[in-house]
Amino acid sequence: MVSRIIKKMYLWLMLLFLYAPIIVLIVFSFNDSRSRGKWNGFTLRWYAELFKDSNVLKALYYTIGIALLSAIISTIIGTFAAIGIHGLNGIGKKVILNLNYLPVLNPDIVTAVSLMTLYKFVGIEFGFITMLLSHVTFCVPYVILSILPKLKQMNNHLAEAAMDLGATPMYALRKVVIPEIMPGIFTGALIAFTLSIDDFVISFFNKGAGVTNLSIEIYSMARRGINPVINALTTLMFVVLIVMLIYINRKQEKSIKKKGGVI
Amino acid sequence: MRRGLKITLLILLISAISFTAIGCNDDKPTLNVYNWGDYIDPDVIKDFEEEFNVKVNYNTFATNEDMYVSIAKGGTSYDVAFPSDYMIERMINEGLLAEINKDNIPNMKNIGEEYLDLDFDPGNKYSVPYMWGTLGIIYNKTMVDDVVDSWDILWNEKYKGQILMLDSQRDSIGVSLKRLGYSMNTRDMNELEEAKNELIKQKPLVYAYVGDDVKQLMVAEEAALAVVWAGDAVAMIRENENLEYVYPKEGTNIWFDNMVIPKNAKNKELAEEFINFLNRPDIAARNVEYIGYSTPNVEAQKLLPEEIRNSQVAYPSKEKLEDTEIFVDMKDMLSIYDELWMEIKAER
Repeated sequence: MVSRIIKKMYLWLMLLFLYAPIIVLIVFSFNDSRSRGKWNGFTLRWYAELFKDSNVLKALYYTIGIALLSAIISTIIGTFAAIGIHGLNGIGKKVILNLNYLPVLNPDIVTAVSLMTLYKFVGIEFGFITMLLSHVTFCVPYVILSILPKLKQMNNHLAEAAMDLGATPMYALRKVVIPEIMPGIFTGALIAFTLSIDDFVISFFNKGAGVTNLSIEIYSMARRGINPVINALTTLMFVVLIVMLIYINRKQEKSIKKKGGVI
Repeated sequence: MRRGLKITLLILLISAISFTAIGCNDDKPTLNVYNWGDYIDPDVIKDFEEEFNVKVNYNTFATNEDMYVSIAKGGTSYDVAFPSDYMIERMINEGLLAEINKDNIPNMKNIGEEYLDLDFDPGNKYSVPYMWGTLGIIYNKTMVDDVVDSWDILWNEKYKGQILMLDSQRDSIGVSLKRLGYSMNTRDMNELEEAKNELIKQKPLVYAYVGDDVKQLMVAEEAALAVVWAGDAVAMIRENENLEYVYPKEGTNIWFDNMVIPKNAKNKELAEEFINFLNRPDIAARNVEYIGYSTPNVEAQKLLPEEIRNSQVAYPSKEKLEDTEIFVDMKDMLSIYDELWMEIKAER
């Protein structure tokens, strides 16, 4: 009995530890003062100001835009690269796999500075394009890594069988291989999307005039103190995420029921 | 399920493509502004865009050094930037700034004489003042019963664990130098060593080395004394009436954030137009009210609410400013500052 209570407590304590900072942040998005130390009464002022603050909105727009684009592009590149790597044999495969691990293990700052030097050397103007290219660059290895296991699980003879039955290689790829590894592609795209939204260091070195993302925008408020508008924005993003998660879970439950409880 | 996936993918692609399209079809002239985060009234930018029918790309940075890296690395161009005094000196020396054509900035006449022709930019060839402020001590009247008029109070054993220092090497070492009667810009190793030893001696008394969180800590009365900038002090006193700000008698640091035009600016005339616009008294006053720092624009100062206009914190009398010093670019001494600061921070 006691051990059960402790078990339950433990779970709640852990959740509290994880969510306490977010709860504080949400509460202070309704605080009627710029101060983060003192409660001055309830207000919706920061939410109103958020939708008037063109800088924060622009940063949000670029953050999401770049995350979407880089997720799509790096997923396409990563999928074909993974299929290619899977088809390799022997030492060549090992070398390429390790080359693929390298950017993952590399500290972000090294990637950031080397990309910056590269763009300068080639002479591209810093801005949207450089930021997007950088994000694609650091996302691709993660996409490859999330697709490779799915390829390994797949029966290699499936594609061969399809081609034996008259499918062209392209048709076999589209109708057999890709559907088989779809869950891997989907996780890869999600990882790329979250990594891109999270990134600060690489974006910081490769941004240009007029293009910025949320993490840079928030960091640059350090001298004057974080504007509570950011609290309001984070609250909204958190709520959107929760609603999305609930919706997806509901849908999954329904589709499982439809299939008669078999997963 | 497959169908749903296809449709979502299609929507994603379309939104992504339309996104890139929106991003770049604008043929209005654009002005790239590079400023500290949250350091302008956003409505002022909108007004400028409407009045001159242009688009303003507003970019932000957190420290002078961040801004320096972005401008010095090249590959992108900003038309107006807002560095501080010592950084302006460094950028002039490195040839990163363009000379400003003052014929295009008639509103410069609104700026007080004492804010012009300073050492970091003689004759204001390259920069126009935007904001200024000083460093001083803020203290809680209910927690401190000595007279606070000197940096010495920060070394008083009585306030052990209740003192907040700035987590900034130039400022903290500068405070220690000033207290000993030396210049904040000294290049004398013995004086610097002495200042360092004093800071190490003071360390057991210090509650924390802080950045922006100093505001919360002081307003919440978690510390009795802190080194702060005057602009922040005004905001803190508004939140907690027990706080009071003083200029130490040994003198202190005075800083300036000026507007400059980088050499590779694409739209220099428009940049000058923007600088001129920010110096219009009504516009400058709006920015001061939003930011809370002190303005060098004398005409704008007259438009401020009385309590701010006459505040001794924001606009001290000339005598109080007599012993103030502006930071000078330390050039080769920077690495020595780094080392001293490391030693102070590493001390337990």
